[in-house]
Order: sequence, then structure tokens, then C-alpha cells
Amino acid sequence: MARTLPDRLKDAALAAFVALLLAVPFIGLTTINTDVGLRVATRWDWVLWAVAIVFAGRILFGFAADAVSTRRRRTEARGPLVSEAAGRTLGKAFAAAAIAFAVTLPFLPFSDRYVLDLGMTVLIYILLATGLNVTVGLAGLLDLGFVAFYAIGAYTFALLAKFFGFGFWIALPMAGLVAALFGVLLSLPILRLRGDYLAIVTLGFGEITRIVILNWQSLTGGPNGVGGIPRPTLFGLSFDRRPQEGQQSFHEVTGIAFSSEHRMMFLYFIVLLLVLVCAWAVWKLRRLPIGRAWEALREDEIACRSLGINPVLVKVSAYATGGLMGGLAGCFFAARQGFVSPESFTFIESAIILAIVVLGGMGSQIGVVVAAAFIVLLPEFAREFADYRMLLFGAAMILVMVWRPGGLISSREPTLTLAGGKQPAESVVRGVGS
Amino acid sequence: MDAGAQLGLFLQHLINGVTLGAIYGLIAIGYTMVYGIIRMINFAHGEIYMVGAFVGVTGFSLMALMGITAVPLALLLVLVMAIGFTAAYGWAVERVAYRPLRASGRLAPLISAIGMSIFLQNYVMLTQGARPKPLQPVITGGFTIWEGPNMALSITWIQAFIILLTVALMAGFTLLIAKTPLGRAQRACEQDRTMAALLGINVDRTISLTFVMGASLAAVAGVLVTMYYGVIDFYIGFLAGLKAFTAAVLGGIGSLPGAMLGGLLIGLIEAFFTGYVSGAYKDVAAFSILILVLVLRPTGLLGRPDIEKV
Repeated sequence: MARTLPDRLKDAALAAFVALLLAVPFIGLTTINTDVGLRVATRWDWVLWAVAIVFAGRILFGFAADAVSTRRRRTEARGPLVSEAAGRTLGKAFAAAAIAFAVTLPFLPFSDRYVLDLGMTVLIYILLATGLNVTVGLAGLLDLGFVAFYAIGAYTFALLAKFFGFGFWIALPMAGLVAALFGVLLSLPILRLRGDYLAIVTLGFGEITRIVILNWQSLTGGPNGVGGIPRPTLFGLSFDRRPQEGQQSFHEVTGIAFSSEHRMMFLYFIVLLLVLVCAWAVWKLRRLPIGRAWEALREDEIACRSLGINPVLVKVSAYATGGLMGGLAGCFFAARQGFVSPESFTFIESAIILAIVVLGGMGSQIGVVVAAAFIVLLPEFAREFADYRMLLFGAAMILVMVWRPGGLISSREPTLTLAGGKQPAESVVRGVGS
Repeated sequence: MDAGAQLGLFLQHLINGVTLGAIYGLIAIGYTMVYGIIRMINFAHGEIYMVGAFVGVTGFSLMALMGITAVPLALLLVLVMAIGFTAAYGWAVERVAYRPLRASGRLAPLISAIGMSIFLQNYVMLTQGARPKPLQPVITGGFTIWEGPNMALSITWIQAFIILLTVALMAGFTLLIAKTPLGRAQRACEQDRTMAALLGINVDRTISLTFVMGASLAAVAGVLVTMYYGVIDFYIGFLAGLKAFTAAVLGGIGSLPGAMLGGLLIGLIEAFFTGYVSGAYKDVAAFSILILVLVLRPTGLLGRPDIEKV
């Protein structure tokens, strides 16, 4: 597309005009709160800058886009970055490297409290996204309220500890089971729904959960949350400097000098273990009939039914499995923070978890890991921009989607292929029309 | 309370609910039209409404600054200003975040829209400040419809204005869709975009205009809310957007009368639940009714069932 310079200028002028329209009411004009009401302030110089940047940016972008499309035409390659067999080997190598890195991270020289803390956050999101990946990525059931399971898991542990004095290790499976139970409950009314109706109902479920937690003051403490959640112990050994009566502490028994970092490392290994177990479970499940049924349901529900797969069972199990992992993540979150409040479980969390799944390329476990690291670490790197973090985060979400709509690692290939590695038709894999 | 007072209270809740429902309905139309034409949930629509509300606040402050005190004139100017600027935002959102993704499935545009929603919220917070913006009442007063011994039923002018303006806008809008060439193009694109393009309809332009129209109505809703509650902040878009989307789904997404009916129902549910049961759980009530309706009638109240193609 060789475009003439006047064409480009016209195009850029149009973009600049739109930028002017957008900038005037928000950048050009602002209202300042004063004692006597609002005072209008103006910043016309900023508007000028914004318009100039858009004008120049549009021209540069035009040249860049042309250059890219020319090169693309020359190489004729819009296929996957690497061939499929190579991709599989690469995936295995990457998985091994990632696990090795995750295991050794606490012992690496640059590792400190901050790095471990960040590592735990990434791992929690990987765990959550692994769970949501089962529902959305494998079974193709959209869920915009996944944070509800996270909240239910966290509050299950918090309340069991508060009222019955349960410890982390007993509460962990219970939190998972309670969340899975809620997954079953949620899935029952929405068996008949599909697509966008599913989105709104699950979103509503997430909001209902949060509002109930916020308002059921007598049980959950409302906005004040629940505190004093006990720390996990290693076979009864605590990681405190001075353990409670009747408890032994890790540093006393092992003779290693006390360091508060040990507790962080311990917590880190707990969540790493949870992630590995869940990822392994999903990997195994994908090879069982139920996992195959999830993927079949995603591709075509009607075909599924005519082949005798019971969609009710498939959907319920997908929500339950996803919910279970969300609950485990919530339980760990409560143990790590020692405090839970409804603030941690807003819609934005659901959106971030879903963004990780979609960004990673639905159904891809490695994609989830890469995307979780990207999403959690991006705002950390943008820390110096402080106030602009979320602004950049939103912009990055749009840009990545526009750049790679199929996610970073696009692997919607069915786990099962015909003998000889024959793939289904391209249109089926790409999910055209879905 | 005697029966008369109870009836009065009931009617008062009814008036409040209809006012609220009118505003939800205006926002819901934007969701339903966009969904109808490109089958996508425009998650950033709630933020567009918030943008409209902020332009409204700035507009009213400007009017005060310029000494325009005649209420009808100021109101008209602010509405025009809000519609114009907010429509530009609606257009730009579609162009930047959705058009490049039109051919790529269902989830990519949804994530892009969530990103846009986060972006707009923070953009407004950074440029306009995080503190809530109060606004002097523009239209004050009202009249008492009925007065009992210990109970009065009244409707404020602003409520009357909201209801009347919404009814007028919706009537005009229904005509626009039913009678004008633009409306015909929109309905054609809704049924079959490829066929519409073959018949010479500029599909891109029609979709852009759909976003512009949705944004205009959301802008009106934003200005009305600013006048009704007298205070806004950068976070109002999320919950209002969620409720309006619920309204659109409740009425049957893709259906214009459905969006109006859904908005009205959500407004009424909220008002009556707040009045008779509890304010804290009013959103739970709205969502629960939504789930109930969808279980019994998965396509919403007035929606056409999707034909399953094998």
C-alpha cells in the first residue's frame, strides 16, 4: 500500500482532530474542588502537546505499518512462530527451565523478601489462572466472576480459623472443596446458557458473593475483614521467632539461625507446590475422558451431545475443577496475608485472571505462566510511574490484544490428534464463528 | 400506617424506581445496539457514561463561569456539549480497541474492552482528580401530587424532567431505527454483515455510528445522573454499566424495547427492594432476579432465541 504523502497528512490531520475533540473536555478543562464548589481550570498547552503527539505518531505509525506489511508479504509467513514439533520440544524445555528457576529462586543471590513476595504473587495468579483455564480455556465456558471462588476459599480458611481454630493444612482441602461446591451450585442454573449470557450471570455471581461478604457483618466482619489468620506450619513446626505455647519452631529444631526470610521461603514453596500439583492434575485430566469431553464441548456442543457426551456432567465438572483451584489459591492467599477483606475480591481481579488466560492463549498452561508473569510484573516495572500504572496496564491490555488476538502462545490445538498427527481443518482449530 | 399512607409510599417508590430505570434504560440501549450489530459486550460503555457525566459537570461549571444562568439554555448547551464530546469518545473507543479485533473471536474484544475500561477510569482520575465532584442543584423544587395526613406523594421537577426526556429520546430513537436509511442499514448489518456489505452498505461506518449513538444516549444519562444525585466520581461507570448491562440482558440483548423494559425493571427492583427490604442488598436482588429470568427464559424477556446451526 504505497500511500502518498498528502494522503498520510490528511489521515494524520483527521486523527489530530479527533485527539483535539477528546483532549478538550478532559485535558484542556478540569474542575478543581474548592470550599465553595468547583472551579474551572484550563491546560491548553497540554492539549496542544497531545494533538501534536497524535499527529506525529499517526504519521510514524503509518510508515511503520507499511514497512511491516511489506516485509510480511515478502516472507509470506503469518503462521506460527515455530513449527509444531519444534514448538512442543520448546514447550517442554521451557517448562523444565521454568520449574527449575522457580525451585531455585529463593536460593539465588539476588533473591530477597521483595523478590519472594513478587514470586508468590505471580504463583497465586498462575494457580488462579490454571483453574480458570479449565473453565474458559478447555471447556469454553466464559466466567467473569472467578474471583468469587478465590474469595470463598480465603473466607473459608479465615472463618474456620476464627471460629474453630483450624490450621492451614486442614483448612486447605476444605477451602478447595467448599469452593468446588459453589462451582457446582453456580453451574446448575446456567447449564442452558451460553456465550454472553454466561458472562453476565457469572459476573453477577462474583458481585453477589462480594456484596454478601461485605454486608454479612456478624459472620465476615463486613468491610473490616477477618484478621489473625494463623500461619502455616511445617509438620507442626512454626516459623515464628517465639512460637506459641506447646509449639516448636523451625529454627529451634533444625538449629539453623532464625531468619524471618525462612517463613517467606516456606510460604513460597507451599504455593509453588500447589501450582505444580494443579498444573500436573490439569495435564493429566486433559488426557482422561473428562478432559477430552471438556475440549469437545468447547469446540461444538451439539456434536458433543449427539456423540453421547453428557453436557451437564461436563459443565458441572469444569466449574467444580476451576472452583477447586480458585479455592486453594484463596486459602493460600489468606494464610499469606493473615488478613482478608472484601476489598481484595473485586471485579478487577476477575478481569485480571481472565486477561491472563486469554493473553496466554486459551488452554495453554505455558501461556498462563508467561502471561501471569507479564501481568503481575508489568505494573511493578512501571512502579516509578506510580499514578500512571493502571493507565499503562489498561493500555497494554488493549495493545497486546490488538497485536496478538489469539494470545501470546496460541495453542488451541486439541490434545487428541488423529493417527499420523493429522490435524483437524484449520477453521475448526481457529474456532471460526465462535 | 393506614392504607392511604401505604399506597402513597408505594407510589413514591414507584416514581423513584421509574426515574432510576429511565437512566439505566438509556445506558442499556448502548449495550444492546452494539451487541446486536457486532455480537460483542462493550465493557467500556459504563465508562463512556462516566465520561458523559464528567463533561456534564465541567459544562455546568463553565456555564456558571460564563454567566449563563437561564436554566433551559444552560441545560441545552451542556447536553449538546456532553453528547458531542462523549460521542467522540465512543467513536474513538471503537476505532482503537474493537475494530482491529472484529474478526478474532469473542474473547479478544472482551479483554480489549476491559482494558479500555481500566484505561478510561484512570485517565479520568488522573486528568480530573480522584475526589468526588459535587454540583449545585440545577433544577430545584417539585410539586406535591397528593397529600395525606402523615404522608405526601411528591415528584421533583428533576424526576419529571428525566422521565420525560427519556421517553422523548426513546421514541425518537425507535423512529430513527425504524424509519431512516441509517436505521435500515443498522438492522441490515445486524442480520447479516456480509450481505449488507454486498448490497453497498458501508458496514464500518454503520458500526461507528452505532457506537456514536450509544455514546450519545449514555452522555445524556450521565448528565441526568449528575443533576439527579448532585455528585459523581470516576468510579460510577462500573456499577452503572453493570446494572445497565444486566438490564439489557434481562430485556433480551439485541432488542431495543427489551433494553428499555429491562432498565425499567432493574430500576423498579432497586427502588422497591431499597424501600421495603434493605438497601445494602439491592444489587444482590437485581442480580438474583436476572439469574432467575435467564434460567426460566435464557434469551431474556423480549429476546429472540438464537437458532442453533449445526
